Amino acid sequence: MTTTSTMDKADFKSKLLTHFDTFQRGAAQDNSPRTLSALQQDAFQHFRTLDLPTTRHEEWKYTNLRNLLQNDFSFATAREASALSAAELAPHLMEHGDANVLVFVNGFYRRDLSNLVSPVEELHVENIGQAREKYTEAIDKYFARVADYQKDVFTAMNTAISDNGAFIFVPANKVLQKPVYLYFITDATRGNVVSQPRNLYVLGRNSQATFVESFRTAGEYIGFTNVVTEVVTQENAVAEYYKIQNETANAHHIGTTQALQGRDSKFSSTTISLSGSLIRNNLNIVIDAENCESNLYGLYVLNGKTHVDNHTLVDHARPHSYSNELYKGILDGKSTGVFNGKIMVRPDAQKTNAFQTNRNIVLSPEAAMNTKPQLEIFADDVKCSHGATTGQLDEEMLFYLRSRGIGQKAAKALLMQAFAGDVLNHIRLEPVRNYVENVIQNRFHTNA
Amino acid sequence: MLSIRNLHAAIDGKEILKGLNLEVKAGEIHAIMGPNGSGKSTLASVLAGREEYEVTDGEVIYNGTDLLELSPEDRAREGIFLAFQYPVEIPGVSTTNFLKTAVNEVRKYRGQEPLDAVQFLTRMKEKMKLVNIDQALLSRSLNEGFSGGEKKRNEIFQLAMLEPKLAILDETDSGLDIDALRIVAEGVNKLRTRDNAVVLVTHYQRLLDYIVPDFVHVLYKGRIVKSGTKELALQLEEKGYDWIKEEVSA
Repeated sequence: MTTTSTMDKADFKSKLLTHFDTFQRGAAQDNSPRTLSALQQDAFQHFRTLDLPTTRHEEWKYTNLRNLLQNDFSFATAREASALSAAELAPHLMEHGDANVLVFVNGFYRRDLSNLVSPVEELHVENIGQAREKYTEAIDKYFARVADYQKDVFTAMNTAISDNGAFIFVPANKVLQKPVYLYFITDATRGNVVSQPRNLYVLGRNSQATFVESFRTAGEYIGFTNVVTEVVTQENAVAEYYKIQNETANAHHIGTTQALQGRDSKFSSTTISLSGSLIRNNLNIVIDAENCESNLYGLYVLNGKTHVDNHTLVDHARPHSYSNELYKGILDGKSTGVFNGKIMVRPDAQKTNAFQTNRNIVLSPEAAMNTKPQLEIFADDVKCSHGATTGQLDEEMLFYLRSRGIGQKAAKALLMQAFAGDVLNHIRLEPVRNYVENVIQNRFHTNA
Repeated sequence: MLSIRNLHAAIDGKEILKGLNLEVKAGEIHAIMGPNGSGKSTLASVLAGREEYEVTDGEVIYNGTDLLELSPEDRAREGIFLAFQYPVEIPGVSTTNFLKTAVNEVRKYRGQEPLDAVQFLTRMKEKMKLVNIDQALLSRSLNEGFSGGEKKRNEIFQLAMLEPKLAILDETDSGLDIDALRIVAEGVNKLRTRDNAVVLVTHYQRLLDYIVPDFVHVLYKGRIVKSGTKELALQLEEKGYDWIKEEVSA
């Protein structure tokens, strides 16, 4: 499916600009319900002017996109590039039992592979491109208002070009009993593919819901997922959000999850990265109301040449809120990791409690971890702390286990499981926890 | 069972053991005493296989095999158990889970079927009584936040679960109050058979009131300089080590 031009090999950006023209013309010509909004036009203008980051950009210092961006992507063919069948999808699914399942292939919604089990009083789902008609207020209020496309080139690109993804609305006072599993499959079996899903989850007052985003790539070609998810928890709502990445060695992922919390709301995020080529996760939480709770958990278990970069921001703008962040990583092989955790406490945000911990175990001399906590505190009556450590497995612990007859490999596996357990124990969905535990247990027992 | 001949061992280039000899037969209890810095803990560490100690000379034969050639896990699987002076805390690993892994790895090595959950629990309950240890403690992370006495009791509990042929207790009695000491000693006594042996490394004669040794050895400057029966321990308690030091330098 890749069209390799022997003439000028256009660079990533100019190709995307050309594609956008086609996209725009297509939107004007066919009678499809999508029309480019002023907002998309605006996002496109920002994409045009913003630079694609290099390692000279402070926020991209340790994550080099050169290899990713020099790939020859065909933007136009993502939809046609896949005929993924239910049988082909099956190996990518978790054993989640009775749950809401939404499947997106190359960024496009596949109704035929999806299944909603919750009653419509609890759960409203639309493809994001068609949601405005029915959910005008929510879309106008939140879509692309939470994630900032004016500063982030990838968010701008996603906002400009994508009208596929999940719009999920949980009405006020409803507790969504069954979680929503969203599978984002990049089907690179026939060529290099860019998929750009765009999601918005709105939890009404006093509502509660759980979302699981699972990212998978099929096929041997290069896949690039550029995803943006906006989560809004209105007053007193509770959102539990999981992002699971278990990808191929040719899979690239740049994603932004942006949460906006209303008063008394609770947002818990768990980001698990297990494999892939390059993964960049931006998780930004804006607490612009009082008495909110935010939990940010992360675990990356890496080997090969996988590179994972977690950039998080918790922005405390109002008083009396609590945020707690725990990211842990185990790096083997030639893998590299980045943790950049920023906590901002604005002058108004008195009585804030904000905690952050990042712990890493580096197993191989060729693996590396860069960690950078950033605390910016402008209020004086707050409790904040951060801590970061990077080290090897504890030799004393290892010896203790071995001295009881446990072989070196099993002893290491036991210690790594215990290390990861701090994060895994926070995963309340059993199918997700089992899935992640299986992947890492297999890895510990074969590679340790 | 255990035959140590002319053992020399060093750490960071500093020689600690300087020609140690010791013979332990099945069914025997040996106490190794000595002043601080004489090499007691080094001996225990070398026998358990700590890699930071370098054996520079001599040999250790355990049931006909060269012990020093075995990895720490294989020593354990062959039936050697070291009760640590300072048991390590391991967050996130419960004692139960850890012991199940250990017991079954040892069984696998010996060509035995692994214990299933029910068999394991039965065995655990039986051994828990022996050392008066609580189920709640065993469900917690291994040694994490345990008191000194709880840690030592946990060591003896592990000993009971693993049923070693040769148990080496490295200052297990240090820092224990009399009740904890009694429990630990009782545990060791109950586990004693004609086929296994115990080496007690201790600083204090008091332990030997509860676990009666067949032999008492004095370790000084890296060698065993005097051996006797339990009366020797009483003598040491009464007179200290100075007379031994004088004997050695004379």
